[in-house]
Amino acid sequence: MAIDLNGRSAPSLIGTCWRWFRDLKAGAAGLVIGLLIIGGAIFGPFLAPVPPTDFVGSPFDLPSPYALLGTDFMGRDVFSRVLSGGVQVLGLSAVATVAGVLIGTLLGIICGYLKGKTDDVIMRLLDVAMAFPQTVLALLFVSIVGPKLWLIALLVAAIHAPQVARVMRSVALRVSEEDYIRYAEAIGVSTTRIITREILPNLAAPLMVELGLRFSYSIALIAGLGFLGLMADPSVPDWGMMINENRIGLLLNPWAVAAPVFILAVLTIGTNVFTDSLARTKRAMPAAAADDIISDEMPANGQVAGFGNGHGAGRGKV
Amino acid sequence: MEVCVAIVTTQEKSSGTAKAQHQLLRFAVRRVCLGALTLFAVCVVVFLATQVLPGDAAQAVLGRSATPARLQEIRTQLHLDQPLMMQFWTWVSGILTGDPGRSLVNGTQVSDFVYPRVINSAVLLLLTSVVSFPVSIILGVVAALYAGRFMDTGISIVALSLAALPEFVVGILLILLLSTSVFHLLPAVSLVPPGSSVLQNPIILVMPVLTLSVVCFPYLFRMTRASVIEVLGSEYIEMARLKGVSTPRLIFVHALPNALAPVVQVIALTLAYLAGGVVLVEFVFGYPGVGQGLLDSIVARDIPVIQLIVLLLAAVYVLLNLTADLIAVLLTPKMSAHQWQST
Repeated sequence: MAIDLNGRSAPSLIGTCWRWFRDLKAGAAGLVIGLLIIGGAIFGPFLAPVPPTDFVGSPFDLPSPYALLGTDFMGRDVFSRVLSGGVQVLGLSAVATVAGVLIGTLLGIICGYLKGKTDDVIMRLLDVAMAFPQTVLALLFVSIVGPKLWLIALLVAAIHAPQVARVMRSVALRVSEEDYIRYAEAIGVSTTRIITREILPNLAAPLMVELGLRFSYSIALIAGLGFLGLMADPSVPDWGMMINENRIGLLLNPWAVAAPVFILAVLTIGTNVFTDSLARTKRAMPAAAADDIISDEMPANGQVAGFGNGHGAGRGKV
Repeated sequence: MEVCVAIVTTQEKSSGTAKAQHQLLRFAVRRVCLGALTLFAVCVVVFLATQVLPGDAAQAVLGRSATPARLQEIRTQLHLDQPLMMQFWTWVSGILTGDPGRSLVNGTQVSDFVYPRVINSAVLLLLTSVVSFPVSIILGVVAALYAGRFMDTGISIVALSLAALPEFVVGILLILLLSTSVFHLLPAVSLVPPGSSVLQNPIILVMPVLTLSVVCFPYLFRMTRASVIEVLGSEYIEMARLKGVSTPRLIFVHALPNALAPVVQVIALTLAYLAGGVVLVEFVFGYPGVGQGLLDSIVARDIPVIQLIVLLLAAVYVLLNLTADLIAVLLTPKMSAHQWQST
């Protein structure tokens, strides 16, 4: 370990990470909870005591040693179904979030760096897109085209992209005013290279926050579609769908509903708390970017706000 | 001192008034145009959505039981035998003249099915506003006054947690808590006999209103809190405090009127959001509103009903967003000068 002149140890990588983590405080708890549930959802299908589609008893049996959380409306093991029910929701949410944030970031950088006519045209179009009641329209499309997984991912991504683009544009605008960008332009570095090598690295921190924020909105949206019975395959266990199909037996075996509800609640709270503290940790990102993201959640400036679409204050569910 | 400040601001104002007013007007016109454009775009999207159906709408409605004669009948009823532009025109003009067509399922007027539900949903939203908005705003002000202390941290953590929860999760948690598993206080379903009004049995309104209130509390709370904290930190409040203005007067006369201006905008945005959020909450409680109606007609593939409800919800959303933006600019005129120039 390197020692500096005052005898204190110079910050090591682990030390820096630890201090950063400590500063997140509540966020750390949120992260741990979120990761636990995501991990549980990924490995859950392998840990399930019985296959989630097997009938193990009569409908709505109470918890017993054979079925830890009782049985559902068809007599299937709730515990196994809860363990297997997250893969679809979380997988789809992840795909939709990454796609939406990628497209949004790309559009945001293009607008923020190129400015001028390109910026004007794209931003006006995004304004119109954000003034759409996206969730109701998403419902319309899913109901008409049919519950296709690709369609759900596409719609959720399309809901995220304009919001992300707005945040990224304002960060990119600020970065593009920096001297080193001017210098790069002056010595003739190509536009693509400036965008990928100079601007993109500066967006890493706000990108992280957007990913977290959008991920929790995606979960809410997609679980909501499942709850409405609009997920592709009714035989695939799904937390949102489980809540709906077992509601009729709420008085017989409340666990069939309570278990998926609690998981969704804890998961969304965890990711939201983590993202919120990430956005507020100045150390994690340039101060300007942090302000931007927090003010994105609270569109005070008369921006055309599609209600943040998700509601980490702005929420946008079905 | 206050007079000095007043004079300075008046001078600044008078020099920039004409320009500011011009910009304000320009912004308002632009924003209204954008709203109209969005509404038109929503119409087109809602209309085209039914065109992407594999086969055609008539086929989709009838499914496998389609006989050629029945198919032809439905096609005529939906105007599918006309060119696309004509179909669009027939549909839009029908809605504008108050005749949105007939239901494909039972042949009744679509408006007979939709309008009672609009009233039911409006009741729900109105009650939610009455319950939730004052509570959220008061808690926001309280948290701001105690910023950084236990009271503030406590409410803020609750708000942050609630903010993350999907509406239907809130609804089901409340059912578990108040209706079935912990307490047995309130009905878990909002059953209304056909033909009677939701107001005849107000107890069924409690759960949906409570759910919607919980759902829109965090946003309004956080906005109010942030806004009051900002105003309390401003120089004119410092000035008033130094002058010896009493604390209640400071809060109620000097700070709140300015702090609540942005909150009015957020109220409009919250209502806009609720226009969509109401769908899931109505589904949770089986409440006979537009949201439940939309889901029912989706299951029945009743296209004219789906189109009308989506369009109604969209129109409410667009109009409230428009209102929110206009309010924001009217309440803070300085914004029009730079904010809308730069974006």
